[in-house]
Amino acid sequence: MAPTSGLPDAEATLAALAERMRCAVAIDAKLVGIYSGGAWLADRLAELLSGEHPVGYIDVSFYRDDYATKGLRAKVETTALPFDIGGARIVLVDDVLYTGRSVRAAINELFDYGRPESIELAVLIDRGGRELPIEATYVGARVAVARDLSVVLNRQPDARLELSVEPAGSAPRD
Amino acid sequence: MDIEIRNGRLIDPKHGVDRTASLFISAGKVVAIGDAPPRWQARRVIDASGLVVCPGLIDVSARLREPGFEYKATLESEMEAAVAGGVTSLACPPDTDPPLDEPGLVEMLKHRARSLNRAHVYPVGALTVGLKGDTITEMGELADAGCIAFSQADAPMSDTQVLWRAMQYAATFGYRVWLRPQDAHLSRGGVAHDGEVATRLGLAAVPPWAETIAIDTIVELARATGAQVHIARLSTHDGVVRVRDAKRSGLAVTCDVAANHVHLADTDIGWFNAQCHLVPPLRSGRDRDSLRAGLADGTIDVICSDHTPVDDDAKQLPFAESEPGATGLELLLPLTLKWAVEAKVGLPVALSRITADPARILGIDAGHLAIGAAADVCIFDPAAWWTVEPRSLRSQGKNTPFLGLEMAGKVRFTLVSGHVVHES
Amino acid sequence: MTNPQLNERGELTHLLTLEGLPEEVIRRILDTAVPFVSIAERDVKKVPLLRGKAVFNLFFESSTRTRTTFEIAAKRLSADVINLNIGVSSTSKGETLLDTIDNLVAMNADMFVVRHAQSGAPHLIAQHLSRTDRRHIHVINAGDGRHAHPTQGLLDLFTIRHYKKDFRGLTVAIVGDLLHSRVARSLIHGLTTLGTPEVRAIGPQTLLPAALESLGVRVFHDMASGVRGADVVVMLRLQSERMKGSLLPSAGEFFKHYGLTAEKLALAKPDAIVMHPGPMNRGVEIESAVADGEHSVILPQVTFGIAVRMAVMSILAGTS
Repeated sequence: MAPTSGLPDAEATLAALAERMRCAVAIDAKLVGIYSGGAWLADRLAELLSGEHPVGYIDVSFYRDDYATKGLRAKVETTALPFDIGGARIVLVDDVLYTGRSVRAAINELFDYGRPESIELAVLIDRGGRELPIEATYVGARVAVARDLSVVLNRQPDARLELSVEPAGSAPRD
Repeated sequence: MDIEIRNGRLIDPKHGVDRTASLFISAGKVVAIGDAPPRWQARRVIDASGLVVCPGLIDVSARLREPGFEYKATLESEMEAAVAGGVTSLACPPDTDPPLDEPGLVEMLKHRARSLNRAHVYPVGALTVGLKGDTITEMGELADAGCIAFSQADAPMSDTQVLWRAMQYAATFGYRVWLRPQDAHLSRGGVAHDGEVATRLGLAAVPPWAETIAIDTIVELARATGAQVHIARLSTHDGVVRVRDAKRSGLAVTCDVAANHVHLADTDIGWFNAQCHLVPPLRSGRDRDSLRAGLADGTIDVICSDHTPVDDDAKQLPFAESEPGATGLELLLPLTLKWAVEAKVGLPVALSRITADPARILGIDAGHLAIGAAADVCIFDPAAWWTVEPRSLRSQGKNTPFLGLEMAGKVRFTLVSGHVVHES
Repeated sequence: MTNPQLNERGELTHLLTLEGLPEEVIRRILDTAVPFVSIAERDVKKVPLLRGKAVFNLFFESSTRTRTTFEIAAKRLSADVINLNIGVSSTSKGETLLDTIDNLVAMNADMFVVRHAQSGAPHLIAQHLSRTDRRHIHVINAGDGRHAHPTQGLLDLFTIRHYKKDFRGLTVAIVGDLLHSRVARSLIHGLTTLGTPEVRAIGPQTLLPAALESLGVRVFHDMASGVRGADVVVMLRLQSERMKGSLLPSAGEFFKHYGLTAEKLALAKPDAIVMHPGPMNRGVEIESAVADGEHSVILPQVTFGIAVRMAVMSILAGTS
């Protein structure tokens, strides 16, 4: 099921995801978005969910398992976690859950900052194809996509989020 | 053996010969040019059509590494290299180990060289004992043993008083003095020309005035003593200017340039290529252009190879720690031809710089092919290209900046005293 | 001439000098160093990037400072670090430089960090490794003779960018013994590549190499004129151990003409920063008040140095 017309609308999916999370996330949950898509989503969720949920951002480039074959990513962002990880209830936020490897890297990295009380995972799109035993706590939408394609979240100049598919190049499989 | 070299382009720069003609050799000498002598019967005919036939090349500086440096090269290998390069006479500098400051050493060297029956070897004797620059050598004894000139090779000589006296002494007896124009103090520690390349690469530098100040000293002392002086290995523009001025003023001074310096500049060092670590150092493009102009107008009399075999290990070191020098006997001809083509200088003029002119510097009757001359001949194909690589070089030194490059000019036959000592 | 630092795909495979490095490569290293700075601020200062890799610190010229920062950088990348102080020339031990390298390669080295007293030693090593089938081994030049100290150049660039943001409007003055300085050469190449319009060298004739202008540098012998209006003042160490012969009469005379005092610094821009590669000779290149003053960024340079080296190692080790 390949064509873009098969992909759900990103804004609508985000609304659905926020709806699912609103009653379920802990009051003191802290959102940690995985760059770049997860970071945008974390910011939006912070507005959409009720209560105060501080936002941090995480870049997993230094914890990826494909460094040996692919080398270091061309652009590495700086992880910014403006709160203590130790004892915190974290909700990791990512745009697309695929193999599960990015999430594994993010969890490893979080543990180097401290020992959290718990980690939940919120994703906009779950496209299946897991290579690790990782599942999301909150899912916006489930989509089936051919292996030779990537699902990509883009942010337009007016801040609208949009989903698209692209041929799977050297882009990492998340 | 009666040998006929048939139908080659015969070039004898000294006598202004440049025509298609056959050369006839008998009993080690040239007996006829053009038409066969009466009752001629050749034991061997060499077909030289398409080839150049010229006097055997004369190299005024080739290190044979004996005595003392046999692990770098031996007389056997280097003499093979000489004739493979078309060189039939060469002068070797005195910086052997021990240096050539004793008649016995000179005699031994000459004897060894003679027994190999390859090129003629003319040793240059040490000007001072041990090349230390303190005491003059027994030049008379050394001259009797066969030294055709006296020099310090690359050894520094800072005591100008000793230099003056040495030149006076040599002048008394008419001995030639060959001097490297290199001020010992100004060149101390330097390994590259003092310019942009040395600055970028962070290499200790030799300023050009290390050469020009030395030339000024040599020229003044030559004027004062009347010694017959040859300035060895020019490298700077200002050096060429000074020699030109000295010659114009009537001073009978001569000079040479190493073949590598005719073509290369300090930029060829690239990323620290130790094959370009030479003494004197490769200088700027402007210096090189002046050297080429000096060669063309005769300010520079001679091109030499400055043949210096260096073992691989001594080059596989950081630039400043590597041993300077390049192998060159087999590259003298192709590099001279390359200059001739690029500078649009005719073959006769170019070949003169490696035949008749060096003979004049050495003071020997050689480098020409008049009737009655010794049959030292070089027969080469100017249009044959070959790749410079370890296996194409007979010298034990495979160290040259031209490794991996293609050269035009392949020696097909070399004759010394009428014997074919090399053919390919 | 092919760039010996880049592989066939144009990726950085050795860091030997900043000369000839494309601007994008330099910028990428600086950008990658940013996250490593913040890693240094957390409790667990390690990331697993170079886990299982062996980094050999090959110091033919001893230097505790530089070796320590490279060791810290490699360990923070989870690499195994082996320190070899060969001290004086390897030939004194009878083994050639390349023989030493071959032996270490046989011990499964993945990366060599090399400091050597001779210009060109790291280039020789990199060339040797690429000639034989050992292209996966990367060489980092930690300082070779007078030639280059690329990681120092990079950390200096990082420091300048941190405080001044854009190179394109800057005047940078480098003061002191440029003749013997690999730090100065590397910084000059980096600054000109990144578009710095005015790079100045200030020193006596005896301490400035020939043809500096060809590197894109304006030469000053008078410090007051050279420092006037500068955004960045870099003081070089007066390397007494490297001076042979008659280059300077005394450290005191150097300080008189070229030492950075508060008065001279006042001629620079009001927000000028003062840098020094270290170790400092207080009272020779720089007076203590300035070294410890508000313009000085000498200590941050050290922190940035570790991050920059981590960035270099992770980019190199990721190149196949």
